[in-house]
Amino acid sequence: MAVTAPAATLEPPVALIAEITHRCPLSCAYCSNPLELERSAAELGTSDWLRVIEEAAALGVLHLHFTGGEPLARRDLATLVRHAAALQLYTNLITSGVQLDDRAMLALAEAGIDHIQLSFQDVEPERGDASGGLKGGHARKLAAAARIVAAQVPLTLNFVVHRGNIDRIPAMIALGERLGASRIEIAHVQYHGWALLNRASLLPTAEQLAVATAGVGAARARLGSRIPVDYVLPDYFATRPKACMGGWGRRAMNISPSGKALPCHAAESLPGFDFPSVRDTSLGAIWNGSEAFARFRGTDWAPEPCRSCKHLEADLGGCRCQAFALTGEAARTDPACKLSPDHHIVRQAIADAVAANDLQPRRIGLFGRAATR
Amino acid sequence: MTDEAVRPRFRRGVKFRFDETRQAWVLLAPEKLFTPQGTAVEILKRVDGERTLDEIVDDLASVFQAPRDLIARDVEVMLRDLEAKGAVWL
Repeated sequence: MAVTAPAATLEPPVALIAEITHRCPLSCAYCSNPLELERSAAELGTSDWLRVIEEAAALGVLHLHFTGGEPLARRDLATLVRHAAALQLYTNLITSGVQLDDRAMLALAEAGIDHIQLSFQDVEPERGDASGGLKGGHARKLAAAARIVAAQVPLTLNFVVHRGNIDRIPAMIALGERLGASRIEIAHVQYHGWALLNRASLLPTAEQLAVATAGVGAARARLGSRIPVDYVLPDYFATRPKACMGGWGRRAMNISPSGKALPCHAAESLPGFDFPSVRDTSLGAIWNGSEAFARFRGTDWAPEPCRSCKHLEADLGGCRCQAFALTGEAARTDPACKLSPDHHIVRQAIADAVAANDLQPRRIGLFGRAATR
Repeated sequence: MTDEAVRPRFRRGVKFRFDETRQAWVLLAPEKLFTPQGTAVEILKRVDGERTLDEIVDDLASVFQAPRDLIARDVEVMLRDLEAKGAVWL
């Protein structure tokens, strides 16, 4: 691992995103996990994760997000949560909920979980089950939501929206209210991994998006601060890119199931990187000293038109993984920006998407087949 | 105006604590981090679901030897803002 001198003003990370497994009982075609999913044999063990959690707390991490894949696919989840809670980390579980039975809920509550984000694929059982690829999945999610609320753990209901379900946003928000969610998140698909593969069949139309955005606005006006509704306009339809991850190596660190430390969960798609592993390097050394975290940190790396742009400090040039996925070069301006010389790629993707209807479900071990399509 | 007998409290899932690494107080909520400074910290230290808004203002006015109406306005503005952001209940 190459080591560079840390910047004098480097702040500690505020969040650690622990992708503890890629295993998942669902097979959503909009998943932003990499096409090449890691198998359970490659996963970090419990003792490694306990050490990583200690290092994170010592480094200054405040939020710890357990995600995947499906974190409940690991039997040691509650053990990890308990350890993090004892170190005063704010623990958040991002789950599909289909494995959240009474025993799992009790174990998490006793371990001190602070918050659970439960995802739904749709509001109608048949559509939800079809989208997630699991018969009965929707019903199990409803039961999971009831368990979370009964355990008095704050619940965020999360819906990833795309062409096939975006027209039902008002019903999604109503479901969140009915289930007792304290927060609702309407998130557009992020086009990485499987979602990028399936992009043509997932992108909504501009007309769908306009109706959806108005629907969120109406719900927000009605709900006020009682149930905050988080919603961000999707990259492909925006005119400015987002400061991805709050900036490369600036706010968050992502650990893959096998222990690779990444500035963003899609960063393994970038060529020419030697991402450090938590198996042999401490989080502090990775954050403060690794070349991988330093490469796109701040704005010094930025090309034109970003370099002379007044928006650079706000968006930091957008998403590196998206720039690479769409242009083949990670160090270009994010094509989501209308000032990017590559913006036509995004416009073309929207134009090409209109007639497509062919979703490839997420599966471990199908990388080869998917990549050749 | 807010009812002065109201007892401000943090919403479920919100934590207010001192962070040793940053040597600063942090307010943690789902997907959100607030870093209150100065007076805001003093106000939040008194948010416990037991003290009324009135009692919090009295205490701050006495500790900081400041005009009560000025303190009352600061407290109201700050807590209203955090209520809108989903961190406290008034």
